Amino acid sequence: MDSWYTGVRTQNAQIFGHYIEEPPNNVEYLVIGFSPSSIPLKQRWRNNGLSADFLADYLQTFFIAEDAGDIQISIKNAVGYIANELLENAMKFNDETAHFPTSVVLRLFSDQLIFYVTNSIKPESVEAFQLFIQRLLSEDLEEMYINQLEKNACDDYPNQSGLGFLTMLNDYAAQLGWKFDTVNHDTGLEVTIVTTMVQLNVPTA
Amino acid sequence: MAQIFGDYVDEQPTNVEHLIIGFSPTSIPLKQRWRNNGLSADFLADYLQTFFVGDDEEINIRAEIKSAVSYIANELLENAMKFSDDSVDYATSIAFHLHKDCLTFYVRNSIPKQNVLKFHRFIEDLLTQDLSDLYIKQLEKNAMQDSAHSGLGFITMIQDYGALLGWKFDSLMKEEQEINTVTTRVKLELPVKANV
Amino acid sequence: MEIKTEDYTVRYDEATATVSCAGSLRLSGMEEYAPILHMLNEAAEQQTDALNLDLRNLEFLNSSGINVLSKFVINVRQRKSPQVNVQGSKKIPWQGKSLKNLQRLLPTLELSLE
Repeated sequence: MDSWYTGVRTQNAQIFGHYIEEPPNNVEYLVIGFSPSSIPLKQRWRNNGLSADFLADYLQTFFIAEDAGDIQISIKNAVGYIANELLENAMKFNDETAHFPTSVVLRLFSDQLIFYVTNSIKPESVEAFQLFIQRLLSEDLEEMYINQLEKNACDDYPNQSGLGFLTMLNDYAAQLGWKFDTVNHDTGLEVTIVTTMVQLNVPTA
Repeated sequence: MAQIFGDYVDEQPTNVEHLIIGFSPTSIPLKQRWRNNGLSADFLADYLQTFFVGDDEEINIRAEIKSAVSYIANELLENAMKFSDDSVDYATSIAFHLHKDCLTFYVRNSIPKQNVLKFHRFIEDLLTQDLSDLYIKQLEKNAMQDSAHSGLGFITMIQDYGALLGWKFDSLMKEEQEINTVTTRVKLELPVKANV
Repeated sequence: MEIKTEDYTVRYDEATATVSCAGSLRLSGMEEYAPILHMLNEAAEQQTDALNLDLRNLEFLNSSGINVLSKFVINVRQRKSPQVNVQGSKKIPWQGKSLKNLQRLLPTLELSLE
C-alpha cells in the first residue's frame, strides 16, 4: 500500500502473538484500501460484508482442484467470516479524527492464507486492547469463549467482547498476531495504528 | 518524464472518499481469472451505493450510477488484464475517488514497451476524431474481422456514458528492470450529489 | 437451443422466433462469444420473416458483447433479412444507453424498451 498512501513511516512497533512482517510480493495477493469516511457508521456497515464476500469470492479463482468442492466451500466461508470480523473491528475501533485509511491485504500461499488489516486506533484504547490480547494469548480459550458468551448474554451492549478473535482462534484454528505502531500521516498528524494478522492453514491450494 | 493525454490529473486520496483494490501479478491463466474482473467491478459498484441515499425518486438514478460504474470498471479491468505486461512484477490497481458531483476512476497497469506507441496513436484518434463516426466505423470494421481489440470500451464510455478520459504513461525501474506503466483516468459526472 | 452457465443463459426458441439473453455476459473475446454469435446467426437464417431478440433480462453486457450484437446486426443487414425486433428494459440502465447504436447499424431494426 506504500505507493498509494504516502507519508507512512513506522516508528516504535510493538508486536504481540504470532506476527510475521509482510513478506515480499512474490505471492498472490489482493489489497483493498478504504478512505476514512465521514458518513455514519450504521450506513456504511454493509460495506464490511460486501468487502468480505468480495475477498472470499475473488479467492475462489485460485482453487480449482478437482473434487475440492467441500474444501472450497469451507475456505470461502472461513475467509468471508474472518474478513468480515476484521473489517467490523477496524470500523468500530478506528480513530475517526486521524483520517487514516483502513486496508486489508490477503496473501495466498500454497498451504496458508494470511490477512493483514491495518487501521488507526484511538490512543486511549490501546492499553485495554493490549490487555485483552494478553488474555487471549495466555488464558484457556474455550473457557474464555464461554465466559464471554455468558457475559454478553447479560450485557445489552457487548460490542467490545472480542468474540470475533475468540471464534477465529477456537473455531477456525487461526493464528493471530498484532503490531501497534505510530506513523506520521501525510496530514501532518501522528497516528496510532494497529495491524492485525490472521494466519489460516488451508488444504493445499 | 510522464506523458499525459486527454483529461488527466493526479489526485491524492487522503481526504477524498475512495476505495482502491490492488491485484498481484499472477501466473494463472487469463481465462481462469477473467471472472475476477466482473467480481471486482460489481464490488466497486455495490460499495459505492452506500454513498447515495435518497428517496424513492432517486432509486432510478442510483441504479443508473451503479450500472455505469459496473460497466466502466469492468471495461477498465478487462483492458488492464488484456494489455498488461506479464513479464514484469507490477500490481494492477483500480481506485475510485468520490467527490460531491463527480466520480473518478484510476486504473494503473504495466504495458509492454512495444505497445506504447500503438496505444498513443489510438488515443490520438479518440481525442481528435468524430466519436460517433469512429464508433460506427469500429463496429463495422470489427464485424469484418475477428479482431481482438477495438477500443470499443473507451468509445462507449465517452459516447454512451458521457465520461471524460485521460491517460498517463510513465516508466519506473524495479530491480534493474524497466517497467512501462499506464494510468487510465475516467471522470464521470454524477446526476445527483454524493453523500460525502 | 440453449447455452447456459452460472452467469448467463442464451436461448433460441424456434416456435416464437425469439433469441433471449439473460444474466451477465462478460466473456473475454470473440472466441468465447463464438457459440452465441453462431446461435444468433443460425436463428436469423431459419427465421426469414422476423426475429425477436429479447434482452429484457440481460443485466450486463461488456463491450466485447456489444461487438457481438453489432456483428450479428451487420450480418442481418447484409442478408437483408429477417426483420430484427429488439426488446429491452428501461429498468436496466445500460440498455437505454447502448442499444440505440444497433439501430444506427441497421435502421430497420425495431427497438422497444419497456
